Amino acid sequence: MGGVFRKLGSMAIDGVWQLGFIARFFWLILRYSGQSFTRLHLTLRELYFSGVMSLLIILVSGLFVGLVLGLQGYETLQRYGASESLGTLVALSLVRELGPVVAGLLFASRAGSAVTAEIGLMKVTEQLKAMDMMAVSPIARVVAPRFWGGVLSMPLLAALFSAMGVFGGWLIGVVFIGVDNGAFWSQMQAAVDFRYDVLNGVIKSTVFGVAVALIAVFEGYDCVPTAEGVSRAITRTVVSSALAILAIDFVMTSFMFRGL
Amino acid sequence: MSRTTLDLWVGVFVAMGIAALLFLALKVGSISGSDIQSPYTLSARFDNIGGLKARAPVKSAGVLVGRVSEIRYDNEHFQAEVVFTVDGRYKFPTDTFANILTSGLLGEQYLGLDPGGEEKTLAPGDVIKKTQSAVVLEKLISQFMFNKAADGEPAPAK
Repeated sequence: MGGVFRKLGSMAIDGVWQLGFIARFFWLILRYSGQSFTRLHLTLRELYFSGVMSLLIILVSGLFVGLVLGLQGYETLQRYGASESLGTLVALSLVRELGPVVAGLLFASRAGSAVTAEIGLMKVTEQLKAMDMMAVSPIARVVAPRFWGGVLSMPLLAALFSAMGVFGGWLIGVVFIGVDNGAFWSQMQAAVDFRYDVLNGVIKSTVFGVAVALIAVFEGYDCVPTAEGVSRAITRTVVSSALAILAIDFVMTSFMFRGL
Repeated sequence: MSRTTLDLWVGVFVAMGIAALLFLALKVGSISGSDIQSPYTLSARFDNIGGLKARAPVKSAGVLVGRVSEIRYDNEHFQAEVVFTVDGRYKFPTDTFANILTSGLLGEQYLGLDPGGEEKTLAPGDVIKKTQSAVVLEKLISQFMFNKAADGEPAPAK
């Protein structure tokens, strides 16, 4: 009986410890991120690896999500004789929720896991220690550029996802099913507000970018330097990024869209 | 430092991302703040605002002329006070009639302005006196029922 409590207590203390460590790590990244902008090619390289390399999966999934939204939305809306509102449905659900969230989940599994693996392997092969011995801060040289690469590419990827999704919804609704093109766009434009919907989506995706990038670099930096430790760190990155995105999304939605 | 193909790809990526944002801003959404120029504030008191919400459109003759900015309860008159902004290009006479209307049968509610014939126009901050509340479906039904009952009464007397 006492063992259970001891275990619970040690888990709680461990959790608080890790939270504090993440906070300090975040502060360190911010402090050392000056270098990742003065030596811009470091950050550009990461922007390439996490942004450009994720383009294909983001664009294709955005298209498919839009196609499905178009089909399912039409199915329900036409029962109420409101099939012209298809554009509104597709655009609002993509811009407000699905764009940032699904792009964030894909980004975590495509780019976040790769960043964790890279940093973890650097730790296993003691490259991080070697940098430290050469008086090169591994946080400034390795961690901060990867963090900023993730933070900068996430809103762009989410915007591309939403744009592709709207295109997919248009393809199904207007081209295949035959909803009126003018009504599709004009109803969408009447309902989607730039500041309220589009800008809030951009803010959301930026916050998700910070969360995913921080979790990815932290798990890589914190991993147990063995082959098994790296694989576990990658799993933790994907799982905790997904949880973080969904939880933060709920909190931000309840602040941003209070049903007016 | 020389240019590399990597830079090119990053450039393409950033340009695509910004293009997508522009598409979302201009084609998907409309930057609605910009079509209301130099707005001024008016208000109106209603007995019942129904389902009117902040940011609801203000229309005159079906054209969007402003937006509802705030709805609060006026404890002195026991009425709802609706504050709304109107585009500075449009002036309305002082005997303008404010109604709460519904677009379509089940659509959103909006504030409709019916201009009167007065020469003087409403100044910023003025309160519209003539208002008509939202139609409450229950009241409409009960009115209909009463009328039916009243019509039906003479019949049993025969």
